[in-house]
Amino acid sequence: MKNKLFEKYFVFSPYFWLVLFFFIPLAIIFKISISVSEWGMPPYQDIFLFDNGFKINTTFENYVYIFSDYYYIGSFVNSLILALISTFFCLLIGFPLAFYIATSNIRLRNILLVLVVIPFWSSFLLRVYAWKIILQNNGILNVILLNLGITSEPLQLLYNQYAVIMGIVYTYLPLMILPLYGYLNKFDLNLIEASKDLGLNRIKTFFKVILPLSVPGIVAGSLLVFIPVVGEFIIPEMLGGSDRLYYGKILWEEFFVNRNWPGASALAFSGIIILVLPIVIFQILYSHWSQKNEI
Amino acid sequence: MKSSLIKSTVIFLGLFFLYFPILVLIFYSFNENKRVMVWKGFSLRWYNELFNNEQIIEAFIISIKIAALSATFATILGVMIGYSLVRIRKIPFKSFYIFLSSTPLVLPELILGLSMLLFFISLNNVIGFPSSRGQLTIFISHVTFCIAFVAIIIQARLTDFNKNIEEAAMDLGYNYTKVLYKITLPIILPSIIAGWLLAFTISLDDLVVASFTTGPGANTLPIVVFSKVRLGLSPEVNALSAILMFALIIIGLFYFYFNKKFKH
Repeated sequence: MKNKLFEKYFVFSPYFWLVLFFFIPLAIIFKISISVSEWGMPPYQDIFLFDNGFKINTTFENYVYIFSDYYYIGSFVNSLILALISTFFCLLIGFPLAFYIATSNIRLRNILLVLVVIPFWSSFLLRVYAWKIILQNNGILNVILLNLGITSEPLQLLYNQYAVIMGIVYTYLPLMILPLYGYLNKFDLNLIEASKDLGLNRIKTFFKVILPLSVPGIVAGSLLVFIPVVGEFIIPEMLGGSDRLYYGKILWEEFFVNRNWPGASALAFSGIIILVLPIVIFQILYSHWSQKNEI
Repeated sequence: MKSSLIKSTVIFLGLFFLYFPILVLIFYSFNENKRVMVWKGFSLRWYNELFNNEQIIEAFIISIKIAALSATFATILGVMIGYSLVRIRKIPFKSFYIFLSSTPLVLPELILGLSMLLFFISLNNVIGFPSSRGQLTIFISHVTFCIAFVAIIIQARLTDFNKNIEEAAMDLGYNYTKVLYKITLPIILPSIIAGWLLAFTISLDDLVVASFTTGPGANTLPIVVFSKVRLGLSPEVNALSAILMFALIIIGLFYFYFNKKFKH
């Protein structure tokens, strides 16, 4: 029947594209990560050798190399900690905002939501750059601190891990707010009233009623922030200093500076493995969540 | 009332936090001084220099071209995925299909960029194409990771709308294809436009994946801007920021206009 052909066309065109340009590239990362590195172009040996009969030429050397060197593991750990802290602060700022927007009256709600998400549309790179201006030694924040007499000389606010956290929280905040809002928006405000009527105070109402109901939103928002932040490269590069090295920077340098392709691939693939669990949870949520909410 | 005061304060502080950096950037773009941080007086000097900077103008044109093309392809493929996931029951290896269409939403761009670059190099070794990287390879990479964003919007829209309309049209003698083109697509058209705008903006804004897959003659705007501000500040970039932020925010408003759900 004609329908069948038509359905096939719809299912398989994007299928084909994504297998070719997304899945195969990921497989190639894995392939190169278990290849033996050598000097030359490309800087690794083939994994199948045919010169003296058939031989499989693979190695886990690259993974051993990465996981035995504190330089690499340390940067992995730094990135995971950075992602955790940033996610926490996004939640801390994002939750009250999402909650109060969701409990506003319907006209105000839409305006506020658009206002919160619009900055997300302006360029990512330029929003990070804006913090570079704000945190300069003679930047606006230092001027305010000096005038208030909080400090007597300009503080070094830029090029350290705190500036990086600041930049990440700022740029990723809308990604936290959207799914949170999506869930908070749906729940019945009368529940809060009911819990108050039943004698629960504010704090108890929050922990016993509001928080449990917004768990899916919290998980979705946290994953949308956490997973990409682990691999974040631009923000540490622009705002960070040499006090902390992160996964993204190490991966970038391993590839572009050291030209160690198998090493960089092993780093990338290890990154994928570490993020598998969060990604799987994200996908489970995605299949429920995408049907109800929009980015 | 006390609680409404807390509420307004939280919302005000939140919005202030989100808009303050953007306003600072726009403010400094009018600074006459070459040293960005030292205020010397109001001037449009840097806007003037920006429009005479051939490198930036050229990068801008390349970026727009790549963004428009990749948004168009990503929209076509994304609509197909959104439609398949909601309306077509039999998808072989459906969880793999979901994996392919949702992972690019969160996977760090760096890993995505590296995998694309190594893929293009390997492909070149095997079939001799693409012999060098450039606009084409950036385009392919951008389509790949924009598809997911379009798909999620379309999926949300299709789940929302009343299937009875489609069924009624079928009962009235429309065939499958005709229902799609005459009923379904026109109804979800605003969401398709919204998806295109989102994909366009993401492509225009991408630095990491483009840095990996770029080549001679394909310096996109973010690549040029990043090279200028990586180590310091640039008054020209301030002027560019102000213009670009304004333009992108307008696009964002259009996105919201098109993406609002039509509830019955």
